[in-house]
Amino acid sequence: MTDFIVNLAYFIAAVLFIYGLKQMASPNNARSGIQWAGAGMVLATVITFIHPQIHSNYILMILAIGIGGGLAWYTGKRVAMTDMPQMIALYNGMGGGAAAAIAGVELLKRHDLPLAVQLMAVLGALIGSIAFSGSSIAFAKLQGIKALSGVIRFKNQQIINAALFGLTVLIGLVIAFSGTGYSLFTLFIFFVLALVFGVLMTLPIGGADMPVVISLYNALTGLAVGFEGYVLGNPAMMIAGIVVGSAGTLLTQLMAKAMNRPLTNVLFSQFGGGTGEAQAVSGSMKAVETPDAAIMMAFAEKVVIIPGYGMAVAQAQHKIQELTKLLLERGVKVKFAIHPVAGRMPGHMNVLLAEAGVPYDLIYDLDEINEEFATADVALVIGANDVVNPVARTDPNSPIYGMPILNADHAKNVIVIKRGQGAGFSGVENHLFFADNCRMLYGDGQKVASELVNAVKEL
Amino acid sequence: MDGFTALYIFMLTAFTGYEVISKVPVILHTPLMSGSNFVHGIVLVGAMVALGQAETGTETLIGFIAVLLGAGNAVGGYVVTERMLEMFKSSNKGVSKA
Repeated sequence: MTDFIVNLAYFIAAVLFIYGLKQMASPNNARSGIQWAGAGMVLATVITFIHPQIHSNYILMILAIGIGGGLAWYTGKRVAMTDMPQMIALYNGMGGGAAAAIAGVELLKRHDLPLAVQLMAVLGALIGSIAFSGSSIAFAKLQGIKALSGVIRFKNQQIINAALFGLTVLIGLVIAFSGTGYSLFTLFIFFVLALVFGVLMTLPIGGADMPVVISLYNALTGLAVGFEGYVLGNPAMMIAGIVVGSAGTLLTQLMAKAMNRPLTNVLFSQFGGGTGEAQAVSGSMKAVETPDAAIMMAFAEKVVIIPGYGMAVAQAQHKIQELTKLLLERGVKVKFAIHPVAGRMPGHMNVLLAEAGVPYDLIYDLDEINEEFATADVALVIGANDVVNPVARTDPNSPIYGMPILNADHAKNVIVIKRGQGAGFSGVENHLFFADNCRMLYGDGQKVASELVNAVKEL
Repeated sequence: MDGFTALYIFMLTAFTGYEVISKVPVILHTPLMSGSNFVHGIVLVGAMVALGQAETGTETLIGFIAVLLGAGNAVGGYVVTERMLEMFKSSNKGVSKA
């Protein structure tokens, strides 16, 4: 009877998870979706206390849930929206670590498992460990911990990584196929190597590639959870894990595609590497003063705003929202154009704009808006650079050639809010800034945006 | 569990996941990633089973860590996803507070 109740609860939880994710198809229902999924999680967790296979350690269980859950609750409530990617990486890593630890307990017992089960336990342990240590490094990098940030390379890195991975898999296979014959020392070494590989794999990845990695580790944790679900004979874990595995795979593909780089390239090679001389830039950068920029926008019919991560760094999104509101009140059509890699993970910029109070129906992605630049009077670029660089279309020698960009240069006028004259993340000179229809508005994003707000108010 | 039953579950779930997720608009991709991150927090129940079966000190310690991490995954994933989704508002309800 307990068996039946537990299984029924898990079944309901699995249904609620899929229903919850399905509700995310629209921003209107998304919140109720996560609440349904949350209800499923609570149900599954509570019912697990009467799980027939559990016979001890109840106090420790409650203690661990209290500590882990409490810390996560506290940090999750406090984290700033700009820091969301690293928090997601951290929570994701915890899930991977939990899956690996489950495998650890099962393998420590050395009960004579069927080969398929043992193989899955080992595979889940490998993937979960990599996701755990890899996500932790990703967290540290995004958190800006100096020793780990940026791209870290050493001699023969790829060969060492490949050898380490091969060795780890080999030891894993030995464990999987040796029945109960493996030593605890072998098991220990296996986990250590898997964890070290996760670290080494993440070290050389930096900057704009981080979202792809977070997404990949999310998928890996899902798979690890699914595999351990099989080991424990728990279909809810299998279903939830594999759904996330395929979701993460899809998102990873989308991200890599938006950057015009195959996944293997993100993971194993360096950014850049154009094959020849870059096209020379002609023309010069032309500055504009705030009052003139304000007039251009206030008397425009249509303004398209292109925010980049620089806007969030300057904390300018609230001022931009205010500017948007003023322009809308004057009857100007305002739209936001979001590049798929704007921000530090897919969709991050949308979250930041939503936080500032920009309604989501003003926000458009690349495919929806790119045709519209031709009819826009002003394209306002703030904190974005590479994603509006026309050389991605025109110069085959450029490292960003082929990357889909927002066609800001097609607008009648372009205003770029920028701190100084430097190049973008990729180090590529932005030809847009030198175009005849482009004006530069120099200064700190937040300060300039608030001056624009005041200037428009005075008109 | 029968190996083939498991394979069927894996296969059908993978396609379901792909279909469900591909319908989510780009604008919600960050909450989606964090929401799916929350969903694999179900690892918590497996961790509880592992800890509940632990006998030796080492098993108990690792089981304890598993539950701790699993709970962190589930709770953290939920809290941040809810916080993000709460902010998405349509202009029909008016441009909200600055």
